[in-house]
Amino acid sequence: MWNWLKTLYHRLGSPKWFYQITGKWLPWFAMSSLLLLGLGLVLGLAYAPMDYQQGNSFRIMYIHVPAAFLAQSVYMMMAAAGVVLLVWKMKMADVVAQALAPIGAIMTFISLVTGAIWGMPTWGTWWMWDARLTSMLILFFLYLGVMALREALSPQEVAAKACALLAIVGVINIPIIKYSVDWWYTLHQPASIKLTEKPAMPASMYLPLLFMVLGFYALLGWSVLLRARAEVLRREAKSGWVRELLKDK
Amino acid sequence: MYFNSLSDFINMGGHGLYVWSSYALTLVLLLSSVLLPWLNLKRTRKQLSRQLAREAARTK
Repeated sequence: MWNWLKTLYHRLGSPKWFYQITGKWLPWFAMSSLLLLGLGLVLGLAYAPMDYQQGNSFRIMYIHVPAAFLAQSVYMMMAAAGVVLLVWKMKMADVVAQALAPIGAIMTFISLVTGAIWGMPTWGTWWMWDARLTSMLILFFLYLGVMALREALSPQEVAAKACALLAIVGVINIPIIKYSVDWWYTLHQPASIKLTEKPAMPASMYLPLLFMVLGFYALLGWSVLLRARAEVLRREAKSGWVRELLKDK
Repeated sequence: MYFNSLSDFINMGGHGLYVWSSYALTLVLLLSSVLLPWLNLKRTRKQLSRQLAREAARTK
């Protein structure tokens, strides 16, 4: 297992191998995301029973929770890629980090907006400077900051290192998001589902959520691979394998 | 199916506007986050191969 991971790591470090293998992975990510999202959408919107306290507005959960979950998860991936870049100087890690930032920002945006829409019928307000809401807004600005930094700096190596550094420093916000609902309980409810415990809701309610989370992850992979492949081609435009690849097109 | 009729489904017990606007926005953003990178990848490929063809023509 360890050796297999090591081989995979070294191969993924090669732009050519990355481009080839991700071409094979793409249809799988695409198909599974469409399938899972379609299933989750139909089950969540039409089949899950209504929440007796919140009514049907609780169905927003099926997009709000996966988006908020991925917003944080993508940020940690981006920071991990930053560590790989700074410590092991693996250039492909920066390509992945660059591809992760926009989708992370989109996920954060979705969670903020759907949260606001959900807040209106549930809390009677779109927005409050609640700790969870505020720390998610900070996460959104961190993503925008990383993207702006990349645009602003050149050469590419300098921008890559600066983005990695900002991403790593910003990780401090992740535990703040996680524990904000326990430390400052003003508006947002604490987590009602934990990975380690059996959920306190019927399967017809949590299965759609599970499908949606998996579907969001598959779509994340799909989106990141598409962006990373384009970036690999741009960065490697001068190399032999890209010339070879594009010659017969 | 949890709802009794199509109008029930659309109305969502009075929460229809909140639910449907959330889902519509999310769908648009999710689709665009694969559609735009896909178009960009195709454009990048085309651009680079045109560039390559130009270089080849110049060296001939």
